[in-house]
Amino acid sequence: MFEKILIANRGEIACRVIKTARRMGIKTVAVFSDADRDALHVDMADERVHIGASASAQSYLVIDRLVQACRDTGAQAVHPGYGFLSENKAFQTALTAAGVAFIGPETRAIEAMGDKIESKKLAAAAGVSTVPGHMGIIADADEAVAIARSIGYPVMIKASAGGGGKGMRVARTDEEAREGFLSAANEARSSFADDRVFVEKFIEQPRHIEIQILADGETFLYVGERECSIQRRHQKVIEEAPSPFLTPEVRKAMGEQAVALARAVDYKSAGTVEFIVDANRNFYFLEMNTRLQVEHPVTEMVTGLDLVEWMIRIAAGEKLTLRQDDIRLNGWSLECRIYAEDPFRNFLPSTGRLVRYIPPIEVPGQVRVDTGVQEGGEISMFYDPMVAKLITYGKDRREATSRMRRALDSFYIRGISHNIPFLASLLSRERFVEGRLTTNFIAEEYPNGFDAAHLPPDDPTVLVSVAAAVHHKVVARNAKISGQIKGHEKKVREGWVVRLGDTAYPVKVRATSGGHEVEMDDRLIAITHAWDFGQPLFRATIGDRPVVVQIENRGVAYHLSHAGSQETALVLTPEAAHYADLMPHKAPPDLSRFLLSPMPGLLVSLAVEEGAEIKAGETLAVVEAMKMENILRAERDGVVARVHARPGDSLAVDQKILEFEV
Amino acid sequence: MHDIIRQLDAKRAAARLGGGPRRIDNQHAKGKLTARERIDLLLDPGSFEEWDTFVEHRCNEFGMDENRIPGDGVVVGHGTINGRLVFLFSQDFTVLGGSLSETHAIKICKIMDKAMAVGAPVIGLNDSGGARIQEGVDSLAGYAEVFQRNVMASGVIPQISMIMGPCAGGAVYSPAMTDYIFMVEDSSYMFVTGPDVVKTVTHEQVTAEELGGAITHTSKSGVADLSFENDVHALLQLRRFMDFLPSSNKEKPPVRPTNDPWDRLDYSLDSLIPNNPNKPYDMKELIEKVVDEGDFFEIAPNYAGNLITGFGRMEGSTVGFVANQPMVLAGCLDIDSARKGARFVRFCDAFNIPIVTFVDVPGFLPGTAQEYGGIIKHGAKLLYAFAEATVPKVTVITRKAYGGAYDVMSSKHLRGDVNYAWPSAEIAVMGPKGAVEIIFRQDMSDPEKIAQRTEEYRQLFANPFVAGSRGFIDEVIMPYGTRKRVCRSLAMLRNKDIKNPWRKHGNIPL
Repeated sequence: MFEKILIANRGEIACRVIKTARRMGIKTVAVFSDADRDALHVDMADERVHIGASASAQSYLVIDRLVQACRDTGAQAVHPGYGFLSENKAFQTALTAAGVAFIGPETRAIEAMGDKIESKKLAAAAGVSTVPGHMGIIADADEAVAIARSIGYPVMIKASAGGGGKGMRVARTDEEAREGFLSAANEARSSFADDRVFVEKFIEQPRHIEIQILADGETFLYVGERECSIQRRHQKVIEEAPSPFLTPEVRKAMGEQAVALARAVDYKSAGTVEFIVDANRNFYFLEMNTRLQVEHPVTEMVTGLDLVEWMIRIAAGEKLTLRQDDIRLNGWSLECRIYAEDPFRNFLPSTGRLVRYIPPIEVPGQVRVDTGVQEGGEISMFYDPMVAKLITYGKDRREATSRMRRALDSFYIRGISHNIPFLASLLSRERFVEGRLTTNFIAEEYPNGFDAAHLPPDDPTVLVSVAAAVHHKVVARNAKISGQIKGHEKKVREGWVVRLGDTAYPVKVRATSGGHEVEMDDRLIAITHAWDFGQPLFRATIGDRPVVVQIENRGVAYHLSHAGSQETALVLTPEAAHYADLMPHKAPPDLSRFLLSPMPGLLVSLAVEEGAEIKAGETLAVVEAMKMENILRAERDGVVARVHARPGDSLAVDQKILEFEV
Repeated sequence: MHDIIRQLDAKRAAARLGGGPRRIDNQHAKGKLTARERIDLLLDPGSFEEWDTFVEHRCNEFGMDENRIPGDGVVVGHGTINGRLVFLFSQDFTVLGGSLSETHAIKICKIMDKAMAVGAPVIGLNDSGGARIQEGVDSLAGYAEVFQRNVMASGVIPQISMIMGPCAGGAVYSPAMTDYIFMVEDSSYMFVTGPDVVKTVTHEQVTAEELGGAITHTSKSGVADLSFENDVHALLQLRRFMDFLPSSNKEKPPVRPTNDPWDRLDYSLDSLIPNNPNKPYDMKELIEKVVDEGDFFEIAPNYAGNLITGFGRMEGSTVGFVANQPMVLAGCLDIDSARKGARFVRFCDAFNIPIVTFVDVPGFLPGTAQEYGGIIKHGAKLLYAFAEATVPKVTVITRKAYGGAYDVMSSKHLRGDVNYAWPSAEIAVMGPKGAVEIIFRQDMSDPEKIAQRTEEYRQLFANPFVAGSRGFIDEVIMPYGTRKRVCRSLAMLRNKDIKNPWRKHGNIPL
């Protein structure tokens, strides 16, 4: 076994690999760029090596520096994680030349599977069913259109070296095929330094289901499937194992084909064969990922295996001690990806300091948090916006889901925007509960984008009773202030009115030995809690239901977040509530006159100038952040009155870019 | 006897109606509560003791003899906020527009005198059309009586003004002399001369809101310290605010029990200072992570944002925080921030509130606007205020403390009791770049040499250890332990007792 390994990655996956290595008694070496100097994975590792500037092209993608880091630290093997150089043949070759083992498959498998066109040919030869498409590389946009027409729209345009949703475009018209080709090629060039692009038939109503493979070159196992249909712009958001869609027969057929493909390339490591599955459970080979997948934890939860451990063992020359019959799928597991993005602003990336970061408490066999950041850390614009993965397990899908809901409620992040409200909303959709998923799930459930109206309607009992209990505690403590007139001390009343948004709920609150009790609509609600002032999470049992509500003081009001919904509660005496009813409604300021930068970033281009007439949907400006170009479009028809920013300007969030005529 | 009691009941009920139901409805239609409704919200239920319910004006001219309403446009008395005594007056706009008559003024003076005698704060809820014109000079005399009392009470008992309607002309000068002015958004305004006069004299077109609304005064003029969205929020926030203040200058600030451990560590503060010395960070994060329960009541957040001022508690006792804000003007001191800070520091000093200062200041803001505006005298106010203050003073330098601004920000030399520095502190006359450009002016043509000299200077002076070696810094501390250090120092300083030499009063550069 190796004594020391280097992890050629960052963020949560680096941390996750370090954990297993440490458990196996293997020393770890972290590498870091300028931006990651104080990152969590650097703190966790036994040794650390600086490998360059912040941009990944100058650090995490520089093969020479990584090889040198292995030499300098004496690391005997490298775990590449996912992304970066995990499927890069040159990296593996360089490591081999330096006498360092690569924790992953051999070059031949990477090479064969790394190229989407090659891999498809190989898969077809191995008897794996494949999607109709054009196997050749496309020279230019015209050719892309011609091929798209011959396959028949809709088509999918993909970067040959792509992955993780980057460099992928769907086209339904010639125009979209042309645009899709150009942007896929551009993105592929900047993300993978390889602009080769191909086209294939786009399958509608598709589900994304992938088979986990574990192989040592002799034994080839399929370790169950993962369903990753819930994707936004081809980026996976929620994954689960098993899939609620597969029958045992289909699972076996997919598994056997996946194994056949692995065998065809003498696969030695963990790997994933991705399939697209149509409504009739026909499945087609999509690609094989010759690395650890982001969503591998759900497989670990239902199988009890540690995939990273097996990757390390196999790379060290050990043989699998498992047989296919040993692989059993027990219970259900879900994974939510926590992204630094603002779901209320069209999911634009959010960067900045994690002023507060309190992940849910890990409970073995129930809740697992794979995090790559810590409180006080910085989400920089240089890397993937995923900050953590939240994984839950239950005996069935229902239990795993309810644990996920509660875990999301107790995930407390401040300083950056995050997608937790969106995740909570997804989990509450009826289609999700019924398991009727497709890769279009998000587009279909949120046809006009996501906004506060999509937040799951929450039972007001929870928020009202929590606000009442908190306020009662606040008032009772205020009544203990020093300097009161003896005999005229403040008394704490029972009767209050909780105003949640525009609705008023009269309640009675009393302190009890274990917390509070709230009378509401002739119901007596017992709240058991140990909440104290300043704590951001109110953990309680309300009735017999465990509940977590995030709570923040906003002046005299409380801002409550629960189950994805966010409300401001004002708790008033009945007299004050009456006066509050007399107060005028104030409309929020009109910002629709401006095009505001939705995030900090660089203004790449402006498509309009002063006086220009614009139509709804027209591109106005392009802002770049986190390697992603974000197109800002006109929300309605109008005329540009003033231009406030110029291309090349760096923009703060909410900075004015354009002003429209009223 | 029962008849007589019933008559009193009826008389009281009539007085409580103020200007009558129609005017009360008008007041509500404007989004405003009545004088008595406001008192209901502000005080502990049942604690209000009203005085002078039946006072009426004495004017007989212009038909005023037909227009006497009990109370004469102001409700006065005392009550409690969380059991602590306060005096208050609440002007009643439904009675003759809340205009100030001789008797109206006498009522206000009566409670001010009693507040002084017993040592309790005075709260004014202002909602008045101005002077009672029918009374002429009697009304002006009334204002002046109040002014004089405002001045006598200044620094003796806290005086708070909540502007909840118009406050124009001479009337503005009573709030102006109180310790804090709060305003209600969209329904209050303050100015010396109104939009009509402004137009006649200067031909400027301006609305009352633009000229003297809550946004103007909390962001442009700095006249008001805070604004609130409506009467209800304003009065509930005022209750919260009063819990920070001692009743008079003879008392220590109140203590509210807390379970927040005094020695709580926060490791995320170790990464608060960015690796790049020119990158800003949010100083409010430090305050919120240090203060009890993260509960910080900021004063004047929208004015001179380069200096943060506000109240919090440490181990339950009120503390005033003064901190440079690197997010605004790089945290430089300028005219507005010096004035804001000086007034805040003097309030804390007057009322025995310890001052915790967080320093990250690259210097004074340069420019003609600043020099012509008198930054020399205004900057001196903050210097004077810190130097004069005898309350406990604990200072933490987080990053830059350059030049004269270092001296100003509650330095050891201005009788700072405990002066800490984070390891990231740079205490020097100026930044390395500027320093090298002066010291090695002859080498300016050689960028390599300059770069080398800059690095040398950085190594030598851009750290807390030179100041530490002189004892100007008592200790270099870990960022994560800031709360623990500050709490322990404040605990040590609880009985601090030093006095400035006797004098009639100092001559602060006003």
